Amino acid sequence: MEKFETITALVAPMDRANIDTDAIIPKQFLKSIKRTGFGQNLFDEWRYLDHGEPGMDSSQRKINPAFVLNLPRYQGVQILLARANFGCGSSREHAPWSLQDYGFRVIIAPSFADIFFNNCYKIGLLPIVLDAAILDYLFEEVKSTEGYRLTVDLQNQKVISPKREEFTFEIDIFRKQCLLNGLDDIGLTLQHAEKINQFEQKRRNEQPWLFM
Amino acid sequence: MQTLYDKLWNQHLVHTESDDPGSMALIYIDRHLVHEVTSPQAFESLKLAGRKPWRLNSILAVADHNVPTTDRSQGIQDPISRLQVDTLDQNCDELGITEFKMNDLRQGIVHVIGPEQGATLPGMTVVCGDSHTSTHGAFGCLAFGIGTSEVEHVLATQCLLMKKSKTMRISVEGNLGLGITAKDIALAIIGEIGTAGGTGYAIEFTGSAIRALSMEGRMTLCNMAIEAGARAGMVAVDDTTIDYIKGRPFAPKNELWGSAIAFWRTLRSDADAVFDRTVTLDATQIKPQVTWGTSPEMVTTIDGIVPDPARVSDEVKRHDMQQALNYMGLSANTPIQQINLDKIFIGSCTNSRIEDLRAAAQIVKGKHIAANIKLALVVPGSGLVKKQAEQEGLDQIFRSAGFEWREPGCSMCLAMNDDRLIAGERCASTSNRNFEGRQGPGGRTHLVSPAMAAAAAIAGHFVDVRKLSNE
Ligand code: SF4
Repeated sequence: MEKFETITALVAPMDRANIDTDAIIPKQFLKSIKRTGFGQNLFDEWRYLDHGEPGMDSSQRKINPAFVLNLPRYQGVQILLARANFGCGSSREHAPWSLQDYGFRVIIAPSFADIFFNNCYKIGLLPIVLDAAILDYLFEEVKSTEGYRLTVDLQNQKVISPKREEFTFEIDIFRKQCLLNGLDDIGLTLQHAEKINQFEQKRRNEQPWLFM
Repeated sequence: MQTLYDKLWNQHLVHTESDDPGSMALIYIDRHLVHEVTSPQAFESLKLAGRKPWRLNSILAVADHNVPTTDRSQGIQDPISRLQVDTLDQNCDELGITEFKMNDLRQGIVHVIGPEQGATLPGMTVVCGDSHTSTHGAFGCLAFGIGTSEVEHVLATQCLLMKKSKTMRISVEGNLGLGITAKDIALAIIGEIGTAGGTGYAIEFTGSAIRALSMEGRMTLCNMAIEAGARAGMVAVDDTTIDYIKGRPFAPKNELWGSAIAFWRTLRSDADAVFDRTVTLDATQIKPQVTWGTSPEMVTTIDGIVPDPARVSDEVKRHDMQQALNYMGLSANTPIQQINLDKIFIGSCTNSRIEDLRAAAQIVKGKHIAANIKLALVVPGSGLVKKQAEQEGLDQIFRSAGFEWREPGCSMCLAMNDDRLIAGERCASTSNRNFEGRQGPGGRTHLVSPAMAAAAAIAGHFVDVRKLSNE
């Protein structure tokens, strides 16, 4: 996993609650057996006017000019502002993969669906929860200011606006260390292999039917 | 004074960095279910890292999302779907993982076959790269969906890194009315607490109405815990649980059976256990539910109307409602019973078990689908459900009523195979998600119980099953 360092980047607003994983990456693209290449189909049904299928050349497709991420002012965006319950629905990691592949590094919302939230950390995409009122304010700012950029300082757990306003966010210390250092979860867990073995042995003795 | 969730958590705790309840813990996983869509990347990374699955006999694999529900003798026609299923077969063969292949009688939707085989047992932690893994919580398990990186993590370490959830008790008391099912309870709950109401919680369903449910009903309910935002839903173990498991292929036998059930009976919340949140519903008040929008919380009752966004003061909410109505092609204040349908789908891990098929068959028996219904599909949850239904003659009832009787799989629940809605088509579906495009781009989904879907097939529009069952 790539290390997460402080970024200052362009912001785009997705002004809609309950954006689900089917909207983030429609199911036809889940047929891929790869981890990469999903960015071109992020928000496929909203972003293009025609129906997308895997294998299509996205550069030849008809773009929906009204869709927010297609507006010229949001090209090169890395931070997404979203509304409540972002990422609800399925467990597909393809959703964070596609956001990351498109270029996003950070999603800021008042709340996230649990599995999506978890999946983001696994790949080094940072989901940040801020108060709904702060989001309301940031939505206004980003819409009214072309080229609006935010700074995300993970070390100090702050989102910093161009007017130097600072919004503090919470993050689990373990997750923070993993992101900052680009640590691999599996490697960390395997440091406890001996403990897992002992636990397993005890369990096997007590509930042998679980091991058949 | 522990909740069922506390017990399950403590019984699987391998390691934690600190005693702080909010800290990350290493949780042992007993059962890992695997399907073709969320596993290929996990197997690939596992191999690239030079790792092997930690415990092979914890894994059970099946292809369900991409498989055709029509004639399978020719294999899968779509080359991309075929590659994904072939990749699963290859990974399982190479590593020695138990897999029910497409033409195995035991093949079916992963959340139907786990319990059916007795591979889901009380007290287990059950995971799968699929959000509806919550289904298995019906057995007094801690069961939840995971992403592909976590699939790889479980393959490599038999554990997951996670944080403890808060606990919510949803208590449903009283007797359900005639024709009211677990699906209606699930939708009524979601209507009450919202699709984010359960976020951060593990839900335990309790109360006399839950105890009275069959295992099929409890699975339907726990299946939809994720639609209420909760990663896990669960029901305490009782005789209904134990009777269901007895004699299933993976269930304990002989002298182990006695010790197993003695332990399983401890899998319930203590009487004085404290939950972070409690919600209570009166079962006698629950009516047949129908969703009208593009989120399961956009739900009303069969005697209701499509709500009017103009009456909602919250701006974001009003906007979402308007968007949903536009997508669904509905106007505010339309009575639900006047909504005409194009297609009917009876299936999915929510409602494709034998009891669901019986309930639907009972309604369509001796009748025929309405002229405006272009397609009515019954897709059994597994090969074994299909066989059982055929032994009971249900396939004949459906066929004579004009339904198509298909091979098991996810089918039109998410339309990854050929079963899908065409843009603008409207479907009464027994599945669990009515998101935009879920059943096909531009398709319009209304979530209902199997009995309600069956009744709608006959009438061509939504009708109140309670009136039918009185006839
Ligand atoms: S039936 Fe639908 S919800 Fe269930 S596992 Fe298949 S696709 Fe997912």
